[in-house]
Amino acid sequence: MLANFPFIAVGIIAIAGIVTMLLRVNIIRIIMGLTLLEAAGNFLLVAIGYRHNSIAPIFTSAPEEKIRPPAEMVLPTVQAMTLTSIVIGVATLALLLSFVMAIYRDYGTLDCRSIRKLQG
Amino acid sequence: MNLDSLVKHSPALVVALPLLLAFSTPLWSRFNKQLRNIWVVAGMCMTTLLGLFMAYNVLRYGPITYVFGASDPTQTIPHDSGGIPIRIIFNVDAMSAFMVIIIAIVGLATTIYARPSELRRKGLNSFYALLMLLIAGVLGLVCTGDLFNMFVFFEISSLAGAALVAYRIDKGIAVEAGLKYALISTVGGLFFLIAVALLYGQYGSLNIAVIAKMMQFTRLDRFALVFITVPLAMKAGAVPMHMWTPDAYSRAPSSITAFLVVSSQASLYALFRILFTLYNVTLDCRTFGWIIIILGVLSMFIGVTMALPQKTVKRLMAYHAISQTGYMLLGVGVGLATLCDQDKGGAFDVCGRTAMVGGVFHIINHAMYKGLLFLTAGAVIHRTGVRNLEELGGLGHSMKLTMVFFIIGALSIAGIPPFNGFASKILIYESVFMFSPYLAIIAILVSILTLASFVKVFHSMFMGPKLPKFAEVKDAPTPMMFGMGLLAVMIVIGGLFPTIVTENIVEPAVTALTNQSAYIRTIFILP
Amino acid sequence: MLILMTQLDTGFGVWDPLVWLAALAVAIILGFIIRSFGVKDYKKGTDQTLPFLSGDKQENVEYIHIRASNLYWGYLDALKGYYSRLIPLHTGIVTDYLLWLFGTMAAAMIIGLLA
Repeated sequence: MLANFPFIAVGIIAIAGIVTMLLRVNIIRIIMGLTLLEAAGNFLLVAIGYRHNSIAPIFTSAPEEKIRPPAEMVLPTVQAMTLTSIVIGVATLALLLSFVMAIYRDYGTLDCRSIRKLQG
Repeated sequence: MNLDSLVKHSPALVVALPLLLAFSTPLWSRFNKQLRNIWVVAGMCMTTLLGLFMAYNVLRYGPITYVFGASDPTQTIPHDSGGIPIRIIFNVDAMSAFMVIIIAIVGLATTIYARPSELRRKGLNSFYALLMLLIAGVLGLVCTGDLFNMFVFFEISSLAGAALVAYRIDKGIAVEAGLKYALISTVGGLFFLIAVALLYGQYGSLNIAVIAKMMQFTRLDRFALVFITVPLAMKAGAVPMHMWTPDAYSRAPSSITAFLVVSSQASLYALFRILFTLYNVTLDCRTFGWIIIILGVLSMFIGVTMALPQKTVKRLMAYHAISQTGYMLLGVGVGLATLCDQDKGGAFDVCGRTAMVGGVFHIINHAMYKGLLFLTAGAVIHRTGVRNLEELGGLGHSMKLTMVFFIIGALSIAGIPPFNGFASKILIYESVFMFSPYLAIIAILVSILTLASFVKVFHSMFMGPKLPKFAEVKDAPTPMMFGMGLLAVMIVIGGLFPTIVTENIVEPAVTALTNQSAYIRTIFILP
Repeated sequence: MLILMTQLDTGFGVWDPLVWLAALAVAIILGFIIRSFGVKDYKKGTDQTLPFLSGDKQENVEYIHIRASNLYWGYLDALKGYYSRLIPLHTGIVTDYLLWLFGTMAAAMIIGLLA
């Protein structure tokens, strides 16, 4: 049960992110909810790679019993995927916030119920 | 550099060339603006030729694989890896070649069309850079054989597309459309990433062929399938996740809208790739087939009924894009629902395969006629400055050639012979009727309503007496005519000679899509 | 051969656009023959060539052309029950777009897990 704790935490953060995105009115809070959902995704990626009693996946000066098979290292590919996903998240956040700035300048409001000139 | 090495490296070149164009365009504009325009158009021509050349080679000689970072690009399994492909691999088979053909042709038409429609704007550097980035992203999405690479290209095309939608700020309305598109695409992409994480955690690999070989349909795989299917269907514009489509398509510049249609279809390709190549017969064919069929039928019906009351030209056409996506989902959904029945004389042979051929054929037809319709609407808006159908009228006197292109596009989307819309629709009607008659009846009804709404648009825009406020409106400029003419020629050829398209491009694509073992064999080649 | 290349073999029959075009050409020729039996003399430039607007004389060109929202009012009026429920569902609010996405995902998960 304790071994599953990271995945339960992923679920809690994801649900917090989804609830924030659905229930908040201020559009910057909605984007914060999106950031929470991204954090949950990255956390899931890192948590999948974890192995109990393992070291970081670096071969230089690693203790001998961790290299001989069965090699006990944490998975490295998910860490690469997480870094890529964090960078994509930063780029998306920059684009979304610049859109919000342009909308605030032209509409004058940040209320998502008023940003609905395109409807029907 | 001889032709063989060009073929061998073409999957990487076809993504690298638009990327190079995207990042070098702002440099050229420091010297001369005309030079930058010529650079972009010439570069896009070269990308189109390269894409068509690669597609020809794939259709003639078999799939091309490209391994990034290996000493020899075709060596998929390194000798010390224990028999597992470990690098990012681009696997271009017949279905990918089919999508590359569509992207190449519509991308060329878009780039040539975009020149005069943006002449009055500033910030054209960013426009061309983002357009090339969007083209690179979509080309990478259809060529890749690696799940996480698919996610990265999916995000590239979403972000570039959203920035292009918001390009003409239009007092903030276009930015609102761009914000909605970016927000919902990012959420979809995140669920795709969660699904990739679940699949990696179980099978230990990101390569589609490796996971396909080891796939057992556990409960986590069901979650992963739903987390992949629904966001990709949302990106393609399926109801009930379709509401971003009219906003984004109506506010983007018209050339970009024609390419956003292709970007939506690339997401549809990704959906089919996952359903057919990754999962294939291991999934519950009838359940997931019927989920896709229900999404398709809802899209068709709600798309066309929401289109009739619309008052803006491009919003109406965007709802029709949703409706036609429903046809593709219906055709391929029927193919998926009968996939488990693949012995001789089983349901797949009788109606499933023809439905899939119809659905996939509809993809290329839709890209052509929808692109033509959006480009025509853009030409009218460019000349008159008016978007609302209530205020237009009588343009048939002055914009004759645009009217002819519009008629070709409208008859094609309504499924009137002899254009190519009818050819794919008859395949879908006949095979879906064998599967379940009610679905075919709904499809025919939707086709009638499509014709009704395009008669409305045609009358409002082109018929009637010449209005005094449009007295000095001339016909569209020549580069726009060239872009529209290219797509119109493709429509007429596809309509008069449908067998050329189905036999050479569509049937190999459907065979490659349903034949999972051939896909696995192209990666797991023994040295 | 050009004739065979235009044929499309659906699993249940054959579709040939050239045969359809030939039939259309025959129909158009028949139409022209019937049209040639009509009245040939009319005076151009007089009231005989103006469009008939129920006998009214309309000077303003803007009022002759029927606008888009008036074209299908009968259909829209008849389906008012359907449209009055469908169009308000398309609010422009971005949170509702996300709600539909999550709702469809939940429904697909329930169907996919149970069936």
